[in-house]
Amino acid sequence: MSLNEYVIIGNGTAAAGCIEGIRSVDKESPVTVISEENHPVYCRPLISYYLENKTDKDRILYRDKDFYEKNGCKVLYGEKATAIDNNAKKVTLASGKEVPFTSLCIAAGSRPFVPPFEGLDKVEKKFSFMTFDDALALEKAVDESSRVLIVGAGLIGLKCAEGLCERVKKITVCDLADRVLSSILDNDCAALMQKRLEENGIDFLLGDSVVSFEKNSAAMKSGNAVDFDILVLAVGVRANTEIAKEAGAQVNRGIIVDEKMKTSVDNIYSAGDCTESEDISSSTKKVMALMPNAYMQGFAAGVNMAGGEKVFDNAIPMNSIGFFGLHAMTAGSYDGEMFEEKDENGIKRLFVKDGLLKGFILIGKTERAGIYTSLIREKTPLSSLDFEMLKKIATSAAFSSETRGKKFGGVV
Amino acid sequence: MKRVYVNEEWCLGCHLCEYNCAFANSGSKDMAYALKGKAIYPRIHIEGDEKISFAVSCRHCTDAICVKSCIAGAISKKDGVVEIDRNKCVGCLTCVLVCPYGALSPDGDGIMQKCELCLKNSCGEPACVKGCPNRAIVYEERGE
Repeated sequence: MSLNEYVIIGNGTAAAGCIEGIRSVDKESPVTVISEENHPVYCRPLISYYLENKTDKDRILYRDKDFYEKNGCKVLYGEKATAIDNNAKKVTLASGKEVPFTSLCIAAGSRPFVPPFEGLDKVEKKFSFMTFDDALALEKAVDESSRVLIVGAGLIGLKCAEGLCERVKKITVCDLADRVLSSILDNDCAALMQKRLEENGIDFLLGDSVVSFEKNSAAMKSGNAVDFDILVLAVGVRANTEIAKEAGAQVNRGIIVDEKMKTSVDNIYSAGDCTESEDISSSTKKVMALMPNAYMQGFAAGVNMAGGEKVFDNAIPMNSIGFFGLHAMTAGSYDGEMFEEKDENGIKRLFVKDGLLKGFILIGKTERAGIYTSLIREKTPLSSLDFEMLKKIATSAAFSSETRGKKFGGVV
Repeated sequence: MKRVYVNEEWCLGCHLCEYNCAFANSGSKDMAYALKGKAIYPRIHIEGDEKISFAVSCRHCTDAICVKSCIAGAISKKDGVVEIDRNKCVGCLTCVLVCPYGALSPDGDGIMQKCELCLKNSCGEPACVKGCPNRAIVYEERGE
């Protein structure tokens, strides 16, 4: 068998999945990983836990220290891919080097989106919160007297707030939206999470935006002024699609891939936060920048690059995120009829359409939530189970005895 | 490989499996000392209602979605057994969000734990099965 030359642009979770996918088929051919960051693959969502001292420089690594060596990978650290020539089958790097490939995976991730705020250049201590280096820089910059302004009350901004909470004097979070976590929570559920965050000393300015910055203060649209020592910009992210677009691949908000993770260009695959794919809970194409999806996409891409057969065709948006001990889980789309269970311990909202579970929001009541998630993913007809029971509690007791027999009496 | 399988028609819902699990994983030699008067966090649990009951623990899936989904890289598969590195886990509960069997739950500190078939504790084989009075859970090879 003639050897392939696999090249992966990016060194995050999707790249790790791609490596493991390739190696499940082809143990021999060389793999080259182009890594802009000077770190082995690490758990990106854990950078806030690093600030909380719940992980450290070793434990934050996604795989064992010998991961690349064991998998026959060469990693080019500190190198940025700038162009793909699919005719000559080579990737050009910013350093001028060229890397030949027979099959390529673009797992280039995303980058922070920074709106053109007036006066932003006057702010000296400003940070993003996307990379381990961002977390290390923030760790150095803050102390117990720091006043921090975080622009953006989404997952990244709020996780940053939780991570910094014990290290600084004051944290204010502002967002144009009128609620926290507006991309995944509705008003009532967002209010519960906001309350928990406020109880832990985080201040909010919601439905408000920054008009302009001075060196240590922000003028808000509401007329308020916020003084700060440290600014964190967590407004949003953009998929890194440019290199794929220039190589002739179809690109929308993300790089468009099929179920095998192939782009519109032969021999070029893509996986992770830079891609756009089908959300089967709403039958729409979207960027689902989630770590589990990144791994599964990467793995599928790797298998197919190596000549195997693997589809990833049941992606849905899903999140499990906790703040100060209160967990929120969400999945799918909030479409159709809503069924609610509510008590002092939390809220459960299930969304049903066409006899199928389409989505859910759980605050606090998260036990066995995966039973709900799998009903969405597998499009299980609710008529085949006891939905009245499932509305109250996630339990396999709601399935028929025969279904349960397969789940708990067989190899799955 | 050998896994824990459920015979639900024989389950009494007595919860002994939960106690035997918590004891086997406590590291203690004395069951009363380990469990009495304490909240227990077993890795197997009884579900059901007045009509049916059954024990749920990790299925050690062939293609385990928890392994692929763990955002801390803490869950892995070794020789068919799905294991968790509790030192890496940060308690984000993503595994709870994806497990179709509802088989995972955290300990009292919010860190995840899961059935590892008692292969690493002093029991050496599933304590839940060993102590089940009615063979409502068994440890055997099936269908492979």
